[in-house]
Amino acid sequence: MTTSTEIESPDKAIPLYILSSLVENKPGVLFRITNLFRARNFNIESITVGSTEMPDLSRMTITTKSDERTVDQLVKQLRKLIDVVEVTVLDKNRTVYRELALIKMKAIEPAIRMEIINYASIFRANVLDIAKEDILVEIIGTPDKIDAFKNLVTHYGITQMARTGVSALPRGV
Amino acid sequence: MVEMNGAKALLTALEKDGVEVVFGLPGGANLPIYDALVDSRLRHILVRHEQSAAHMADGYARTKRKVGVCFATSGPGATNLITGIATAYADSSPVLAVTGQVALAMIGKDAFQETDIIGVANPCTKYAFQPRTPTEIPETVKKAIYISESGRPGPVLIDIPKDVQQASDDIPFPELVKVRGYNPVLDADLSQIGKTVELLMNSERPIIMAGGGVILSGAFSELQALAELLLIPVVTTFKGKGAFPENHPLAMGPIGMHGHAEANKIIVEADCILAVGARFSDRSVGRFDEFGKGMNIIHMDIDPAEIGKNKLVDVAVVGDVKASLKALVKMLSNEVIRREKDNPWLRRRKELIDYFSETIKDYTRDLTAKKALKKLREILPNDAITTTEVGQCQMWASLHFDVTSPGTFFSSTGLGTMGFGFPASIGAKAARPSVPVVDIAGDGSFNMTENSLAVSVLDNLPVIVFLMNNYMLGMVAQWQRTFYNRRYMGVHQNSCPDYSKIAEAYGAQGIKAQSMQELEKAIRIGLKSDVATVIDITIDPEEDVYPFVAPGTGLKDMITGA
Repeated sequence: MTTSTEIESPDKAIPLYILSSLVENKPGVLFRITNLFRARNFNIESITVGSTEMPDLSRMTITTKSDERTVDQLVKQLRKLIDVVEVTVLDKNRTVYRELALIKMKAIEPAIRMEIINYASIFRANVLDIAKEDILVEIIGTPDKIDAFKNLVTHYGITQMARTGVSALPRGV
Repeated sequence: MVEMNGAKALLTALEKDGVEVVFGLPGGANLPIYDALVDSRLRHILVRHEQSAAHMADGYARTKRKVGVCFATSGPGATNLITGIATAYADSSPVLAVTGQVALAMIGKDAFQETDIIGVANPCTKYAFQPRTPTEIPETVKKAIYISESGRPGPVLIDIPKDVQQASDDIPFPELVKVRGYNPVLDADLSQIGKTVELLMNSERPIIMAGGGVILSGAFSELQALAELLLIPVVTTFKGKGAFPENHPLAMGPIGMHGHAEANKIIVEADCILAVGARFSDRSVGRFDEFGKGMNIIHMDIDPAEIGKNKLVDVAVVGDVKASLKALVKMLSNEVIRREKDNPWLRRRKELIDYFSETIKDYTRDLTAKKALKKLREILPNDAITTTEVGQCQMWASLHFDVTSPGTFFSSTGLGTMGFGFPASIGAKAARPSVPVVDIAGDGSFNMTENSLAVSVLDNLPVIVFLMNNYMLGMVAQWQRTFYNRRYMGVHQNSCPDYSKIAEAYGAQGIKAQSMQELEKAIRIGLKSDVATVIDITIDPEEDVYPFVAPGTGLKDMITGA
């Protein structure tokens, strides 16, 4: 019989893929891409869209926990979309990728507030707001790092959290 | 640059790109386009329902292997097109749909007959445009036709707000357009073709599985050259029916759920499958995991996303299959080919054909679907075009109607749209008026778009509706017999309507055929007729389609009879 400690969470066994794409910067493009994910049953962890150095193109960064064959299909289906100009699967070892999270926690006791502030400084997170009952921390890092911080502070009671999803660029050569 | 309004710009751009015929229906939001049509050279064919306009454009496109155009108004006009557009999408057919839209300022206000057709059409088009100024229209038309016809073809929609149709401006007509996110692979991939040669040369029991891509790219002679050079038996998918002459000594007919028994059998025994322009659909291959197990699979396709989608393959050759096949034949001509006509694999082919022709028996009645279709084939000239409806009639056509002239057989194979065949046959007739066109139909399907009889009569596009009538939704009834213990529900059409009277009501001719003799006479009358002929053929409602590969099983589990 397996004990609970032996059971690996299925999430951890599945690798995270980061896809970077350049897409036309015009109305309806995000809809076409997300509609493709829905229609073909692709499961997406995060998707971020923003401007690039080129005014008529946006960069879209997509992360997915999946297997190689599914990611291969995802890339090919994305390439088929006319508004998608380029798609690459980034090599995680040669990529800088970051996510930003805002985490608001219940913190009334001064001791708890100090603990959270300490943890935040260890994780190089910033306290952005303190109110009578809450403390709001901003943390930037890889999704793993944000998960680690989140797990650390969950027991204080996270009242609200907003994560941006991953943005990524390949390292210089 | 010429000063004109958006509607005129649309028609001028279509004419400049060689469009001659449009199938459509006017309404409030495309009135400016219809006003411009009065002065246009384009032939407008008025339909009685927009779904049929899309099917006609589809039949026209498949016949000409270039874009077929349909027009509809906003809202319900546009949504009525969608079934036809989705049909064209599933079968990679270059249909261009132009819809009217409410005026720009009204978009998003839930205006009368407003529908977000761009959103609706997104999953079943290659692209959907909405030009916001009249100056964008010619460029949009050029891009739309380019996207629709090139690469893996498919439908494209242009949605034009009414005020954009109406507004006038100096309109530029570009000669060339570029779509930067769209670069279809056309050339042959020589390194992969080298591997293909190796696998084919080392295989003892190779088979070619020809799909719709062969028809779309017109690679008939290249396919035939390859098969004859290596003496490889050729099966097709149902979409690929007619990619290879079915009376050729290497032909085996379609595989699949209702494929030819010998084709389903031989592909299971092969050691190497060369799939050309096929997408390994569930209807063709049965279970994905079982199909091709232990065999080498080579996959040629123009669409890179088809590689590995349903089936992992050993060699993938991405590119236009015509170019790929040509390069393959050329590369093979350097090899010494030792295969002889009398080899065990070709003997096996013959053995299977002989075995199944003896064991699969037709019903003893005088008039059966099989006998009717064999007679039709016998009488029709080789270059006649046939379309089909969907259901038993379609599968009987697949089994018993040999397509001998490549690219003359069109069916809704992917979406399986009942009501496709009749309007598609009218579209085919408009594209090639010199040849006879026959819709191989069943009563359930024909009933869905029979109002196209008006179009056939009024626009002088006489076709034959070969209506195998069992007054049943026959395929559903067959499944209810087979899988639901004959618990029939919703399949009886109860002798309503009388189809020969329906034909007469539209000014077409209706002929009842209850014997082979009557049928033969009716076909000959239909071929000479100036108006559409509906041949109402009485088929026993208990007549089943066999062979049958039940859903969720593999080709090896084929049932050859009840």
